[in-house]
Parts: sequence; structure tokens; C-alpha cells
Amino acid sequence: MRDRAVGDGPVAAAAHPLRVIMVYGQLARAGFRRQSQYRLAMFAGLFTNCVFGFVRAAVMLAAVRAAGDFGGYTEGSIGAYVWLSQGLLGAMQFMGPPLDLADRVKNGDIAIDFLRPVDVQLGYLAADLGRAASTVLPRGVPSVLVGVLTFGLAMPTTPGPYLLGTVSVVLAVAISFLCLFAVALIGFWVVETRGIRVLYQVSGTFLAGLFVPVHMFPDWLRTIAMATPFPSILQAPIDVLSGRITGAEAVSVVAVQVFWVLAIGATGRILLAAGRRKLEVQGG
Amino acid sequence: MVEPSAVRAGTWFTPYAAVLRSRIRAQRAYRLSFASEVFSAFLIGLVEFAEVWVIFHNVRVLGGLDLNAALLLFGFGQSTFALAQVLFGHLDTLPTLIRMGQLDAYHLRPQPLLLQLITSDISLRRFARASVALVVLALGFLRNDIDWSPATVALVLLTMLSGIALFGGIFVCAAGLQFYLIDGAELTNSFTYGGSFAAVQPATVFPTPLRLLFGFAIPVAFTAYLPTIELLGLPGPALLPAWLAWLSPLAALWVWLLALSFWRFGTRHYQGGGG
Repeated sequence: MRDRAVGDGPVAAAAHPLRVIMVYGQLARAGFRRQSQYRLAMFAGLFTNCVFGFVRAAVMLAAVRAAGDFGGYTEGSIGAYVWLSQGLLGAMQFMGPPLDLADRVKNGDIAIDFLRPVDVQLGYLAADLGRAASTVLPRGVPSVLVGVLTFGLAMPTTPGPYLLGTVSVVLAVAISFLCLFAVALIGFWVVETRGIRVLYQVSGTFLAGLFVPVHMFPDWLRTIAMATPFPSILQAPIDVLSGRITGAEAVSVVAVQVFWVLAIGATGRILLAAGRRKLEVQGG
Repeated sequence: MVEPSAVRAGTWFTPYAAVLRSRIRAQRAYRLSFASEVFSAFLIGLVEFAEVWVIFHNVRVLGGLDLNAALLLFGFGQSTFALAQVLFGHLDTLPTLIRMGQLDAYHLRPQPLLLQLITSDISLRRFARASVALVVLALGFLRNDIDWSPATVALVLLTMLSGIALFGGIFVCAAGLQFYLIDGAELTNSFTYGGSFAAVQPATVFPTPLRLLFGFAIPVAFTAYLPTIELLGLPGPALLPAWLAWLSPLAALWVWLLALSFWRFGTRHYQGGGG
């Protein structure tokens, strides 16, 4: 394996930048088309999102009515928070099955990925962005529509939040994937990563603000949450999309997301390089 | 291991017990892995409680319940669900068994399919999650002003047993539907995990359709909300009077009736894995 170590994206490095972009574009399209084959799975996901959405919206609405000041949320904006978070779940893979990558690390197929003329991390990221894009129409939009029809959400009426929100959602999907990527790579050192994955999933969804908005946490818990990338995966895109934060404040939240993309991306690359040295593949 | 008595025929349960014993041994074989899974399950329990606690940190009273009452609600709902998961949770893997053609192996054995699947595994780590919920429940007993009598003790026992049976039945319902929904397995999460989530919310906050859904169709309100208000002597909202708590065995029976019919339809529909 060592000799081939330089094969880490040789084409990508040498080729014309436009061709590189095209390669990743193709990977993203493949991810999109692969995911859109599973129509029943999409519908199942949407249905489950909606059931949870109804229960959560009922609880949150009662909480807003009971508390005088519920983290600055009103009846309309808490609805937007609940249904946007349900709608984004399909794209974020928090609840989804583990990445194929986890199995590939375990059974050694990752060696094949190392031989490909595409960067392992960026290749999988491109495919995952494609996958996430394919969930927007069948899962994201209908989920928000159900919320609009049943609860009447307060959504922004200017284009600004939607434009910046789209950027924020793409960054959030990237952070979510890069985190899962890093978690899956722990499999280089640990045989069974299920415990770690479950731990990541549970603490992640909580700190991301899926069940209760991060703004409602007591101060010490909010400080802990803000020190992790999780609020950037869910709370940030919801805040920007729903227009809870605008202008310079919204831009700074997006800047924090960019920071996490770079930081976790770098962590993933370090783990990948270290895992590659550790990797030992039998047979041939 | 030679038994002193020459031949022991055993009871009908002997083969199931042998499988269960082997599963228990298998889980404890990799100590580090088992310890990390138990620890994760324990943290899941804590995080789930944190969700409830954060809401009550902001709101003193939600749906007529304060934090102390919410301890009971969470304790009942989550402990019965987690204990049902210990016994029935692995039915979740049925779509994988079907897709890989492994279910056919179960069909070859001269034992009822459902009973084999239920006894094919037991998830010890989930006891950790149940233990968090049981501690919360005990706290709820201490911090609420409950008028203890033989009747209330009976209600608690009835609730625990019916609750475990009810959630177990929901897992079987989900499994029965999996024969139709190979790709759409996530659909059943809406009433297994969705049901357990709805069970620990005060039902007063639900609009009527949700109250009917979780009160009578998938009657998870019987596992936690109804016993909580009955123990605290609260009247309960429209459609869900507190005395219904005593009928939790009927609710469990209803779910098992559904479960066994779904299972029957499902297994009749199943054509085999081919190969």
C-alpha cells in the first residue's frame, strides 16, 4: 500500500481544475441518482418526520404558550423551528444508517478507495452532497408544507434569508458528513464502532438542537453545545432560513460553519492519513 | 458438560433458553466493546432525560404537569419502552434478515417463527437505558405526594407489566408490516420510536387527532400519561380521563391483537428469499 500512497488524487492534482470539478460533479450526480431510486424509503422518511413533527410541534407550542418568554420564540417561529428541523433531517443523516464507509474500513475495502484517482474524503463528500440534494424535494419541502398547512409558520418574506439559508444548509450537510466521516475512520483502530456511532448520534442530535432549540438550554449547557460543531449542523441553518437571525449576525453564524467545515475536514484528513499507515490488507 | 441424569427431555422452552443463553454469553465475550455499548446506552438514557429537563427548565408547568410529575411520566414511559426493547427491540432487524434471505433458515425449524425471532436475541446493553428511567421513576415516587395504598402499588405494577407488553406488541406490529415495506422500513419508526416519544409527553398538549391516535389507536398514553395523572389524582383532559389507567391491560391486549393480525398477514405475504 505504501508505494501507492502518492496515488492520493494524482489525477485530481495534475488535471485541469475544470476537469477536477467535473469529476466531483459526476460523483455528486451519482449520489443524487442513487438516493432517488429509493422512493418508498423517501416516503417512509417523510411520514416518520411528519409524525414526530406533529408531536414536537404540539409540545413546543404548549411550551411557548405556557412560558412568557421561551427563548424569544413565538407561536409562528417555534413552528418554523420544528418543521424546518424535521425537514432538514433527511439531508443531515443524523438518524440515517451508518455510512458505507464504516463497513469499508472494517472489511478492508477502503484499500480500493485509496487506489482511486479521486481524493477519498472529497469524493465521498461530493456523493453525499448529491444524496442530500435529492432529499430536498421529496422530504424537506413537503415537511415544511405540512407545517405551513397545519400550524401556520412564520417564514421570512424577503429573498435574503433563503439565499444565505441555502448556503448555510449546504455547509451544514458538509459538516454533518465530515463528522460522520471522521467517526467512521475510528474503525481503523477500533473493531466495533457501533457504540461510538450511537453515542455520536444521540449527543449530536441533542446538542444540535433537534429536540429543544439550543437557545433554550441553560447557560452552561449552551456553552458546551456552542463549543461543538453540532449547532452548526441544525440550529444554524434553521436560524438563518427562518429569519430568526439576519444581516451581520447571520453572516457570522455562516462564518462559524465555514470554520467547522475546515476544522473537521482537517481532522478527517489527519485520521485518514494515520489510518492509511495503520491499514493492513490481507490477500490479493 | 454431561448431565448426571441420562436424558433430559426438557420443556418446550429449552431450545429457546439455549439460544438466549448463548446470546448473553456472546455479548459479554468482548468485554471492552460490551462496556462501551452499556456506557452509550446509559448516556442515551441521560440525554433523553435532559430533553425533558430542558423544557421544564424554561416552563414551570407544561400540559398541567410540573417537573416532579414529569419525572413519573418519563420514568413510566421510558422504562417500559427500554425493557420492551431488551426483549423485542431486535425485531427491528427483520428487513435485513428478509433482504439477506436469512429468514428462510428460521422457517425450516419446527418452532413458531415469531417466537423464534423474539428469542433469537436479547439486548443486555439496553438494561442500562432502562436503569436511568427506573431511577427517574423512583425519584418521581419520592418527590410527588402520592397517597400510597395497596391500590396504588397494584396500579404501578399493572402499568409496568402492561406497558412492557404494549410496547413489545408495537414492535411486533412493526415487524409484521416489514414484510410489505422492505425499502420503507423507516415508516414503522413513526409508531415504535414515535410512540415512545409521544408516550412521555403530557397528552393534554395534543390536539384531538393526536390524542385519539396515541390514546386509542396506538394507545401509548396508557403506558405513562394515564397512570401518572391517576397516581397524582389529576382529572385528565377530554377523551382521556384518569381512571382509564386501570384499563392498561386492555390497551396491551388491543395492541397484541393488531400485532398478531399484522404478523399473520405479513408471513402469509412472504414469498421467501429465493436463491
